[in-house]
Amino acid sequence: MNAPKSPSMRTPLARVRSLGSSHSGTSDFWRQRVTAVAMTVLIVPVIVVVLMLIGSNQAGAKQIFSSLPIAIIMLLFIVASAWHMKIGMQVVIEDYVHNEKIKLASVMANNFFCIAVALASIYAILKMSSGV
Amino acid sequence: MVEFALPKNSKITGGKTWPKPVGATETREFKVYRWNPDDGKNPGIDTYHIDINDCGPMVLDGLIWIKNHIDPTLTFRRSCREGVCGSCAMNIDGQNTLACTKSMHDVKDGAVKVNPLPHQPVVKDLVPDLTNFYAQYASIEPWLKTTTPTPQKEWRQSHEDREKLDGLYECILCACCSTSCPSYWWNSDRYLGPAALLQANRWVKDSRDEATGERLDNLEDPFRLYRCHTIMNCAKACPKGLNPAEAIAELKLKLVERQI
Repeated sequence: MNAPKSPSMRTPLARVRSLGSSHSGTSDFWRQRVTAVAMTVLIVPVIVVVLMLIGSNQAGAKQIFSSLPIAIIMLLFIVASAWHMKIGMQVVIEDYVHNEKIKLASVMANNFFCIAVALASIYAILKMSSGV
Repeated sequence: MVEFALPKNSKITGGKTWPKPVGATETREFKVYRWNPDDGKNPGIDTYHIDINDCGPMVLDGLIWIKNHIDPTLTFRRSCREGVCGSCAMNIDGQNTLACTKSMHDVKDGAVKVNPLPHQPVVKDLVPDLTNFYAQYASIEPWLKTTTPTPQKEWRQSHEDREKLDGLYECILCACCSTSCPSYWWNSDRYLGPAALLQANRWVKDSRDEATGERLDNLEDPFRLYRCHTIMNCAKACPKGLNPAEAIAELKLKLVERQI
């Protein structure tokens, strides 16, 4: 990275301070840890449920999901994983996408995608567990 | 997007092989990054052979030997030659470290490869431009901040509180850690980097300081602090054996602590 280019006449300190601190990020940092721990705990019963589902038809699956603990475990897992996915993907976008417009669009698309995945999964679980 | 390839004018092309010193019985090969801003050429890797019976054991000794005996145009920073000033930080055998404390005999295979600190603009040869790095250090306001009137004699601190600064105050700001961090490579315009954050933690933990909350406010930002993804290159690179990643984790913990 030779030939240093001076992008502006601003002082280096002014460039570092830039727009200042956003006073945010801690909530996402904490939620990412909470959802990680939640998934670590929930993954065991989720694997058991998936194993139980192997080879069963729709009626069998509905019967398994009609159990309240199973439905709640699956719902919690979906919420935790979708939330974790949203935060994690946003971090990746912020790391590597430096064009502001593309970054904002990507973060927005990431939010939409994660909400859609979460809602679709929740709807499916509720439908199966209600036996409809 | 992030640039994963070097710009065209930074790609390494060729380099000169200098003749072996006459009369030397034992030599060591050095491959050194060279770039001159004045000749308009791309950087190259020059090959030198030093007489190890006429030279000290450290990589810095080798570079000084080259400058004194082979090529006086070779440019690098150095001062204390004992790991205190941090001037001679460079990338040796693929690892950021201090040339004055790295023995050339610890480089086992082949030539001793010497490059400037990664991902910083180069001023010349092995001299990186650390303007942004120093500005980031200045931005954390590395001095004691108090509101209480200054005591007649001194700000007092218990032995226990003083011990909390161990592992932090030893930082010599050589930039080995920050320039080894991929997160810093991609986002050094907004991410403060391990060195500045370790120094920030040094002042956050100082029992005499009265601006702890203000300091944490200044750091609480998805880019300034939370670009640290615990890659740990910083701890691996630090020639003083410090752990900037741990210091950053402590800052994150304090921010959670005051929020939860």
